[in-house]
Amino acid sequence: MNVEIAGENSLIIYFGETTDPLVSAQVQQAAARLETVMADTLIDMVPSYASLLVIYDQFKTDHYAVRRHIRETLTQLDDAELQAGQIITLPVYYSAESGPDLEALAENAKLTVAEVIKIHSEMEYRVYAIGFAPGFAYLGEVDPRIAAARLSTPRLKVPRGAVAIADRQTAVYPAVSPGGWNLIGLCPTRMFNPEADPTMPVQVGDRVRFSPIERAEFLALGGEL
Amino acid sequence: MSGFLVKQPGLLTLIQDAGRYGQHRIGLTTGGPLDGEAFKWANRLCGNELDATGLEVSIGGLVLEAQVDTALAVTGADMPFKINGQDVARWCTHKVKAGDKIELGFATSGSRAYLTVAGGFNIGQSFSSTATVTREAVGGLSGDKLKQGDLLPCQAHRPTALWALPESEQPDYNADVTLRVILGYQHRTFDSVQQRLFFSSEYVLSSRADRMGFRLEGQPVKSQLNGILSEGICHGAIQIPADGQPIVLLNDRQTIGGYPKIGSVVSRDTAQLSQRMPGAKIRFEEISLEKAHNINCLAQRRFINTSLQQIA
Repeated sequence: MNVEIAGENSLIIYFGETTDPLVSAQVQQAAARLETVMADTLIDMVPSYASLLVIYDQFKTDHYAVRRHIRETLTQLDDAELQAGQIITLPVYYSAESGPDLEALAENAKLTVAEVIKIHSEMEYRVYAIGFAPGFAYLGEVDPRIAAARLSTPRLKVPRGAVAIADRQTAVYPAVSPGGWNLIGLCPTRMFNPEADPTMPVQVGDRVRFSPIERAEFLALGGEL
Repeated sequence: MSGFLVKQPGLLTLIQDAGRYGQHRIGLTTGGPLDGEAFKWANRLCGNELDATGLEVSIGGLVLEAQVDTALAVTGADMPFKINGQDVARWCTHKVKAGDKIELGFATSGSRAYLTVAGGFNIGQSFSSTATVTREAVGGLSGDKLKQGDLLPCQAHRPTALWALPESEQPDYNADVTLRVILGYQHRTFDSVQQRLFFSSEYVLSSRADRMGFRLEGQPVKSQLNGILSEGICHGAIQIPADGQPIVLLNDRQTIGGYPKIGSVVSRDTAQLSQRMPGAKIRFEEISLEKAHNINCLAQRRFINTSLQQIA
């Protein structure tokens, strides 16, 4: 466990360095406790795979006081219990047309495109974090055979619904945004809809499966190319 | 309700309050004014709460028509400011009447101006804030920038006094910028040579600069890490992707990301950075967290203790 400075009014707590369901559960537990302890001084929080960013009101407290809260909270962590979330299935149209990096990823992995699709859609993933954009769920872990490094220069525009891989993480882009992940397909399900309740189909701790669909079905489900 | 009619929206005009807080856990970013200093002054000049809803006008080109009698103020970038065709001053309050035409031309110094009205605009909140984040399609009027024909509702108001910010307190957006940086995050993965290069080199603001982040071009710096497990990103964080070119992440940044970060720029300096146009020269200077805390607390006291001048 390690606390680092993040910025002028924020600290980041590292609970581990790998994707691990147990570490992820510790992050959730620490976030819940700090939210109570720091009710008057907390501005926002970002829980992630193995870290928790704590943003505080620098005009009401300071980093010494926040570090003390963190130390006290961390010594009180119980052996985290893993909660099994619901299982959500997301349809994906995998193709070169909908996933411009699919063929290059297959080539680098020395696999066929069909094998990449099979490997990606056979795994069940855990929602480790939500962030980067509303409804952007970080799913892990991708089979090492199809893990792929981020692009060295991020794209300025990735379409909504893009299914992507970065290292051993996978995700569905919930809105048009810049991004450096490898795009392998498109999902017609809206991952964030402010008008809907809930606004997102998944939450942290849920499990996600991808189900390959054809072009016609993708369009029938409201997908856009 | 009446208010102000948008005759010309300008290049990028956004409804903003002080920002959206407490929503990072569903992935919502902060939004809010890029230059929080100029925004606070605009609200103070109108006698508003500091988080009242106003407009951020990027580059310029905004034309509004008043439908109510009220007072308004413009701060920030130097955009030619006219009421009914007459040049008027920024950094002070003006009375306007129903039918008045308010124009902001294109910026000659700085790049973001802030326009506020007495009492603020009455915009419905989404996720506890009116701040517009177009990337998320959240806030403002249906999550978008202003369009021709939009109505910005506000109450009529009869000002009892008009105020100006003393010229000595008005910022200069032409000076070269030195961004004060607190080392943090993965700074240890930038070895001492890389850190020295970073803090001794001059960078140029790229044209790839938007409300998410400002890209700089110059001496590349390398982390020993290519990527990291995605983690929370605070305002001002300096992300270094594999091409070695720093990106200072701002109000509409992603809440989580996987590029190594060397540290974070203090918000007073990101406010200055956001007023610069592509081509501006930028340097970095290392400061401690304690010094940053003192700078911010002193600045807050200075803001509170600065008296506005009554002009009418």
